[in-house]
Amino acid sequence: MSGIAVSTTINGDEVEYLCQAEETLLDVLRDRLGLTGAKEGCGTGDCGACSVILDGRLVCSCLVLGAEAQGARVETIEGMAQGDTLHPLQTKFLEHAALQCGVCTPGFLMAAKALLDANPDPTEEEIRFGLAGNLCRCTGYDKIVRAVQDAAREMNGG
Amino acid sequence: MSFDATYHDQIYKSVGTRPVRPDGVDKVTGRARYGADFNMPGQLVGRILRSPHAHARIVSIDTARAEALKGVKAVVTAADLPDLSDGDQSHYDLLDNCMARTKAFYDGHAVAAVAAIDAQTARKALKLIEVDYEVLPHVVDVDEAVQPSAPVLHDTIFTGGVEPKPTTPSNVAARAEFGHGDVDAGFEDADFIVERSFKTEQTHQGYIEPHACVASVNPDGTAELWVCTQGHFVYRQKCAELLGMDVSKLRVTSSEIGGGFGGKTHVWMEPVALALSRKAGRPVKLVMSRDEVFRASGPTSATSVDVKIGARQDGRITAASAELRYSCGPYADIWAELGAMTSFACYDLENVNTVGYEVLVNRPKTAAYRAPSAPMAAFAVESAIDELAQKLGIDPVAFRIKNAAREGTRSSYGPVYGPIGIGPTLEAAQTHAHMQAPLGPNQGRGMACGFWFNFGGQTCTDLNVNSDGTVTLAVGTVDVGGARASLSLVAAEELGIPYETVKTVVADTATLGYNDMTDGSRGTFSSSMATISSARNAIEVMRNRAALMWDISIEDVVWEDGQAKAIGSTHDNLAPLSIKEIAEASGKTGGPIAGHSEMVADGAGVSFATHICDVEVDPETGGTKILRYTVIQDAGKAVHPDYVEGQYQGGAAQGIGWALNEEYVYGQDGRLQNPGFLDYRIPVCSDLPMIDTQILEIPNPNHPYGVRGVGETSIVPPLAAIANAVSNAVGVRMTHIPMSPPRILAALDAQPTA
Amino acid sequence: MQYERPGTLQDASRLLVETQGTAFILAGGTDLLVRSKSDDFEADLVVDIKSVDGLEDVRETAAGFTIGAAVSCAELGAHAELKAAWPGVVEAANLIGSAQIQSRCTIAGNLCNASPAADSVPALVAAGARAVVTGPDGTRTIPVEDVPVAPGETSLGKAEIIAAIELDKRPPRSGDAYLRFIPRTEMDIAVVGAGVNLTLDEAGTVKSARVALGAVAPTVVLVDEAADAIVGTKLEDAALEKLAELCSAACRPIDDKRGTVDFRKKVAGVLARRAARIAYDRAGGA
Repeated sequence: MSGIAVSTTINGDEVEYLCQAEETLLDVLRDRLGLTGAKEGCGTGDCGACSVILDGRLVCSCLVLGAEAQGARVETIEGMAQGDTLHPLQTKFLEHAALQCGVCTPGFLMAAKALLDANPDPTEEEIRFGLAGNLCRCTGYDKIVRAVQDAAREMNGG
Repeated sequence: MSFDATYHDQIYKSVGTRPVRPDGVDKVTGRARYGADFNMPGQLVGRILRSPHAHARIVSIDTARAEALKGVKAVVTAADLPDLSDGDQSHYDLLDNCMARTKAFYDGHAVAAVAAIDAQTARKALKLIEVDYEVLPHVVDVDEAVQPSAPVLHDTIFTGGVEPKPTTPSNVAARAEFGHGDVDAGFEDADFIVERSFKTEQTHQGYIEPHACVASVNPDGTAELWVCTQGHFVYRQKCAELLGMDVSKLRVTSSEIGGGFGGKTHVWMEPVALALSRKAGRPVKLVMSRDEVFRASGPTSATSVDVKIGARQDGRITAASAELRYSCGPYADIWAELGAMTSFACYDLENVNTVGYEVLVNRPKTAAYRAPSAPMAAFAVESAIDELAQKLGIDPVAFRIKNAAREGTRSSYGPVYGPIGIGPTLEAAQTHAHMQAPLGPNQGRGMACGFWFNFGGQTCTDLNVNSDGTVTLAVGTVDVGGARASLSLVAAEELGIPYETVKTVVADTATLGYNDMTDGSRGTFSSSMATISSARNAIEVMRNRAALMWDISIEDVVWEDGQAKAIGSTHDNLAPLSIKEIAEASGKTGGPIAGHSEMVADGAGVSFATHICDVEVDPETGGTKILRYTVIQDAGKAVHPDYVEGQYQGGAAQGIGWALNEEYVYGQDGRLQNPGFLDYRIPVCSDLPMIDTQILEIPNPNHPYGVRGVGETSIVPPLAAIANAVSNAVGVRMTHIPMSPPRILAALDAQPTA
Repeated sequence: MQYERPGTLQDASRLLVETQGTAFILAGGTDLLVRSKSDDFEADLVVDIKSVDGLEDVRETAAGFTIGAAVSCAELGAHAELKAAWPGVVEAANLIGSAQIQSRCTIAGNLCNASPAADSVPALVAAGARAVVTGPDGTRTIPVEDVPVAPGETSLGKAEIIAAIELDKRPPRSGDAYLRFIPRTEMDIAVVGAGVNLTLDEAGTVKSARVALGAVAPTVVLVDEAADAIVGTKLEDAALEKLAELCSAACRPIDDKRGTVDFRKKVAGVLARRAARIAYDRAGGA
């Protein structure tokens, strides 16, 4: 079996890998590159646990082929903190106890980052619809929404 | 050392605060390792072949072509999992559920499995396994399954709990009855009676992380299992029993768990992974797809419940009865029994009777789902209570307060209650601002109560004081939602040291004594009790060491604020010794300092909640929007209030999904139509409002800090609270859960037009 | 499976012509990759058209808009001129899935997937949109309603590709709207969908209208009689009731996991009435 050679950028680093045509970007991240922060909750784009940012847009990495990442910029949860400094969203998720089991958390953080990148001062309704592609079964979303609101406030300077 | 578990009021320094959890950073950076995030050298990919039939005899399975495929290292069937049950029916049922032996009992029932070098080879191999099925008539509906004409799943099952013993096999596996008094006389006394039948559809726990494990069996018979589970000690026990292994030879490590809610209390495919590894001689990773999770793991019961409640004009309930039929999947269990026990647990009743029937159907084996069986019973009872209050012209909260159980009440399932929170949660609801808020057109408000037993169980902890005075706490109850933070708080509280100096970890099965699993809302209750006991034992050791260091009697050493203090007029000039100083000296005073505890954590206090909900129903489409939701629940003592609130909110959200949209939909062919998150509709963020919480603290007398379990009760009231709200909004009593838009619209259309 | 990313439509078409096996066109992939997860799925060739020259943007011309087949629905939502001209089409496109799905999914893909419940299709049909189809024998332009012929089946030939969707320039006093019913607020497939497109005369009377329904028949239903019922009216209550009745009557739905026959019929009328009202307001009707 010959693989497809892919050159891409992941969290700012140039990365090359070989993958089969059938493999999704999620498969590549988890099984070939050891980036297991993105989770497979459904494999069909319904839960958002595998969310990554591809060329500036939030996607489900389970619905992107590994081969499609050729020449792209991929951002994953592993690249969210800068060194030992957590992103404000990460800090606020911790402070607000916005996670229980935590398996949806990487996807929520990527989705929330994409949301705030596009809309720095969202209303509660905009947050709720912006995060509707991410399922959480533990929290009832209350503390997640509050964490995102608080992070937005902080990122906007106050 | 004897342990005094009784409650003592005290001022807390750590307990009740809201620090960041110890496992938090791992979880926001993607480093936390869940079931599927672990790999072993030489690992194979496992896959399971599942029955496409709801009910079929397995005539033969030919695995030769799959075995011959290049890259396939093992194929297993029931033949590789010999029956070691020796007459133990529950052992046999568990084995049969992991791998069908003679019949496939549901769409998704495992019939064979492969281990191959990669996913594509495993997928190809599954297609090469030839199973010859003799398709049999099936039954999936709980009411149809009890009919004499229904296809019988097992010709060896005769209804238990009835005299004389039946002579014909039945899908009703067992009958259980609870209650006291004379209900017939009670109904004679009633001025008003409400009698209705209710149905609830089957729902799934819906954890976001599918079941996943890595199994590795060595040639010498030792084995390791990495798995997402609510109870790794229980998984070890069950896997060892099913596979005929010594318990000591199987080491199970619980991964981080991506939700369980009861669904990860049962082994499903872990024994199969071990069997594959044993046969292949290599580690095997087995991860369920979402489709497999829905088809073959853990749904709750579908139910059908008849309720009758009577009351006098003065608002006193004179009698209450219920008959409950709960689906169990293909194997007998106690789901209806739990429903029958919980039905009327909120009330102080003179005459009460409940009867539960365990019903076998061609659906996956029912598993525990958060306060298992209680929400459905509460839906029926609390709907009828509301209707009765309306008939009497009494406010529904006041009606419940008048009849609420209290300390000394003999519960409907037998025991006499100690101090309990049903009255206080109702009184808090009565005065809550939510109750006074105005409602608009097509809007309605509902409320309901809920009860859960809470469990204690076998628990073991190790508390090690490290040489720098920091503390490592090893617990054996899996942390499903922040328990490590809570247990660190408890250790810090008891030792009198800062939270930041305590690190709690979940130990594997080889390094700690047996623990029951995290179920029954027992994780924080039982492990905190054992932690307090461990800490007290460690304090004893440290008092001894301090006495040695000072060369005084231990009776003259007390432990206060994280340090040993000498008391008595001859020693009070001695400066206190901190935990750090004692720990640093430990090598010279007797070696490592540790406190250990093993116990059966008795006395889990029962738990009650009252929920209030506002909805708006679109009368033209039947669509329902949750406008406002309030949870009021007794926590005994909230150790980490954030995670207590989280349990309240999460349970309410699951209940909202169950009430409105979640259900297993089966086709005529007995196959599940919606095994995915697209059509099995759990609430999304935009479906819900903020969920307000109010924590009441009525101390549990049987826990040193008064802690009660909090995890499960929050899912009990929502079905009824929302049904009451919808019924009030549309003026029609809703009796079938979920109240999906088509059901609401059909109910509205069935009303005679004014 | 072979993965190819051609740079031209000709190359894409040639790949499809030459393959002996089962081939699929990949645009956003939000349907194809879901299908590919099934153990029954087999594909020999996947042709990714996102690098094909000329498919990546929305062009505004004197005649209207040409939406390239590789344009994601999120990009449609960000296109101010398109949104101003065809708000109903854009809102329908933006209803497909989550933010994650929006980043990838396309209206051409939504059309080719041929689901009876596709959200963008009723709005496109109501809008009178056309599909530009290219293949080995050249290019042809067909009404979008001619693309799906049955659930999961299209009228396209083996090597044909939808290169673009065309929408007309809007006459004055025009408006369109799309509404769907789903049990949740997001992430669901439409149980019923209704698209309405209309143009008013200077007095605010409906001059022309198109009404299309989704998820109530094997393919999208263009309900001419319902449109006729509002032409010549100012959407008075009686006209809206007639519209709703005719829409309900035009449904040929099934009972399935998402809804019942009775529910779909009734709600189709309700949504058509509500969508007509919105379209009318957008057209400037009083």
